[in-house]
Amino acid sequence: MSTDVTDRSGPGIRGDGAVGADNATDRRVRRLLFGCAVITVLTTLAIFFVLIDNAASYFFGAKLTEMLLGASVERTVTFTEFFSGTRWAPDHATPGHGVLPIVFGTLAITVGAAFVSIPIGTATAIYLSEYSSKSVRSKLKPTLEILAGIPTIVYGYFAIAFINPVIVAPIAETLFGINMGRYSLLSGMLVVGIMTIPMVSSISEDAMSAVPDDLRNGAYALGATKFDVSTRIVLPASISGVFASYILAVSRAIGETMAVTLAAGMQPQITANPFAEIMTMTAYMVKMARGTTAVGTVEYQSLFAVGLLLFVMTLSMNLLNDWFKRRFQEEYR
Amino acid sequence: MSSETDHDLFADVDLGWEHRKNRIFLGLIFAASMFGVLMLALLLFDVATDFYVGLTEYNINLVDFFTRDGSRREELSGFRGAIVASITLMVLVTFLAFFVGVGSAIYLEEYAPDNRITRLIEANLANLAGVPSIVYGLLGLAAFVNGIGMGPILLAGAIALGLLVMPIIIVSAQEALRAVPDGVRNGSLATGATQWQTIRNVVLPAAMPGIMTGTILALARAIGETAPLIMVGAIFINRMPRGPFDRFSAMPTQIYNWANEPSQHFIHLAATGIVVLLSFLFVMNLIAIYIRHRYETEI
Amino acid sequence: MSTEEQSLITTEVQTENTTRADRPDETVLEARSLDVYYGQDQALTDVSIEIPEHKVTAMIGPSGCGKSTFLRSINRMNDQIDACRVDGELSFHGKNVYDEDVDPVALRRKIGQVFQKPNPFPKSIYENVAYGLRVQGTVDDVDLDDAVEQALRGAALWDEVEGKLDSSGLDLSGGQQQRLCIARAIATDPEVILMDEPTSALDPVAASKIEDLIDELVEEYTVVIVTHNMQQAARISDRTAVFLTGGELVEFDDTASIFEDPADDRVEDYITGKFG
Repeated sequence: MSTDVTDRSGPGIRGDGAVGADNATDRRVRRLLFGCAVITVLTTLAIFFVLIDNAASYFFGAKLTEMLLGASVERTVTFTEFFSGTRWAPDHATPGHGVLPIVFGTLAITVGAAFVSIPIGTATAIYLSEYSSKSVRSKLKPTLEILAGIPTIVYGYFAIAFINPVIVAPIAETLFGINMGRYSLLSGMLVVGIMTIPMVSSISEDAMSAVPDDLRNGAYALGATKFDVSTRIVLPASISGVFASYILAVSRAIGETMAVTLAAGMQPQITANPFAEIMTMTAYMVKMARGTTAVGTVEYQSLFAVGLLLFVMTLSMNLLNDWFKRRFQEEYR
Repeated sequence: MSSETDHDLFADVDLGWEHRKNRIFLGLIFAASMFGVLMLALLLFDVATDFYVGLTEYNINLVDFFTRDGSRREELSGFRGAIVASITLMVLVTFLAFFVGVGSAIYLEEYAPDNRITRLIEANLANLAGVPSIVYGLLGLAAFVNGIGMGPILLAGAIALGLLVMPIIIVSAQEALRAVPDGVRNGSLATGATQWQTIRNVVLPAAMPGIMTGTILALARAIGETAPLIMVGAIFINRMPRGPFDRFSAMPTQIYNWANEPSQHFIHLAATGIVVLLSFLFVMNLIAIYIRHRYETEI
Repeated sequence: MSTEEQSLITTEVQTENTTRADRPDETVLEARSLDVYYGQDQALTDVSIEIPEHKVTAMIGPSGCGKSTFLRSINRMNDQIDACRVDGELSFHGKNVYDEDVDPVALRRKIGQVFQKPNPFPKSIYENVAYGLRVQGTVDDVDLDDAVEQALRGAALWDEVEGKLDSSGLDLSGGQQQRLCIARAIATDPEVILMDEPTSALDPVAASKIEDLIDELVEEYTVVIVTHNMQQAARISDRTAVFLTGGELVEFDDTASIFEDPADDRVEDYITGKFG
């Protein structure tokens, strides 16, 4: 563009001058943005570190960091006691350090909730993907999204103000003659089940909708009914996505806090009675945090031991999900 | 076999049972689909009636409710402090999470080479989204409240919530950036713009409505989060926070407090608080939907 | 499916097609003034045709001429499309398939279909073939193995897949997949097999295997094939129907007459490549 003979560096495409400054800005921005992205990795590392560091003081009487600085190590709680004891009361005058009762609480809620959310969520997904008309679908989907967007504290309120007194307690009284308290395992199962229905239904429906119509047509042309196509073609073909939704719902139920705390209560015990009050791991954490728990007390430390266990449980669910997705990729292209 | 008449043409195919099976199945899955809808209706109905009964039978005065702070005494309890705390939290969360979140998304979508570090960041992002919210509370408690000695202040809660919603903001911003057609980028690069100039002048403006929508929905998630706030100690505080370094109790923690009280008056205060919280969520979703529709055609 | 029909597969395969052309025409499918609409668009206009039993009837014509639509009207696969509307009559053995009392599911058990793109289910080879039988619940487990083998032999695939029936149908080559789909269609022993451009996604060698197979299939079944390939229609069909744009059936006659001495000028233009 310039015929200036004094510019002997070529036609000006070497990228110095103004362009050079622009490129320097570009590189600086890139480094800055990379820094932003790394924060998410640091968050994960910080979670790991904080949980392990503080949980160590529960088991060994000193944080990892304090040990490195030369603090003495003493076994306060043995792993055997933690993982096999059946009495959980770290804050009691005669403390019990067996985590099983609250692990039971968490698993019982999770399994019970899965019995609600998995069949209902899967059925909803099949209805949405295979049976429903466009107009029904366009109303049903947003409605389920609302269900997913309601804060867990509101579900907790729903449990304590409605499910427990209006649904579960009358059943307990009329059918079994049990006089129930404000909290019950069953209402915890129900409320967590209800809140995880949208996770199962929406992720499963995505997977089912991704099954190519070629396959459906192939089956219909053989004289299959919608029922056959749904259960023998679509469901098997989308099974990995459907399964992923189950794992996510289970993972969500394990970590669920407010709804179970308000629904199922704070009484750590292993029981087969669905009308009894129980305590989940998360409810224990809420209980400890509510109290005036001081740093360095065994109660404070136990918070992180339980938190670490909870984190490991949900993390393994997520990893299982990853593995499952890779292992059982949908075969159709 | 070619001379079959009308009526016995399909006589050898008995489909009665199969069609019945299909109809029974449809009935079952339709009932299951309606279960979720029914539960939503019950939940909203329950909150609405409790709210109404609170106003009529427990004489909860809405003016008092919005102008008083929490109190040990039920008849003096209001929601003002909690509302102010929640709004302050949202402002802080926006500052903390929006820029870093969108920055990460830009890096991942526009700059990141396809290498192990990028894949690690992406995988980690998916994993963070699956971490229970209460664990973010533990992080806030150990690292900020006690670790660097912040104490149970509003800023600590905002950091916990900010870290919690960051993955959500990043993923939605990534989707918004991905929706910008490559032609737009190439057009800008071909005029001699650097990558950053292209992003700042062309890509970001095009993706901004999507990013805003995603951020508002992430904030809607944050405003209802209870567990992380309880973990950093946002509970049993009744007065209004006087800034980010003050102790606080936000809307959801105040509702939890009330819902846990045995007194029916407190239960109905909780219902009233839930109506306010759901109204906030409703408005935030409306704004998100408005932005989405307003700009949908322009991309 | 009657038992004598089942036995037909095994016994009659050997009878060569010497008599095929001389066989008297028994009409199995008949369309009368058939109109098909997709929403506002008319895909078929006033189509009337009689399709003879145990013959290969080819449908040719330029893309968008409605030949695939016609095929999908026969087994009511068009029902899957919400906006689709059908007027006129389409009879199968004299019974209008669009009558109120006709069950499309039952109809499709009599009329099988093979699609343009091979669409095996993501299941094993065995399960692919057994699918229709299981759905229809007509065969018990002991006979299932037998039926699967017969169908795979009938589709000229048995020799290639014997011993790996448990591997996925998706691991086969394109041509094998298409023959698997044919095996799937004939396993339930329909009367008619509809084929919608069954070789267009295949390489020439695989395509010629399918053509040979069609030649054998017509001994047992009535075959209606849509093809965009005029040479293929000329090679394998007894009758040829030419559709032209607008969903109009322009000419229907013996394949030889269509290709050697078409009555309609537009057909001649199309055959000789002047348009389409």
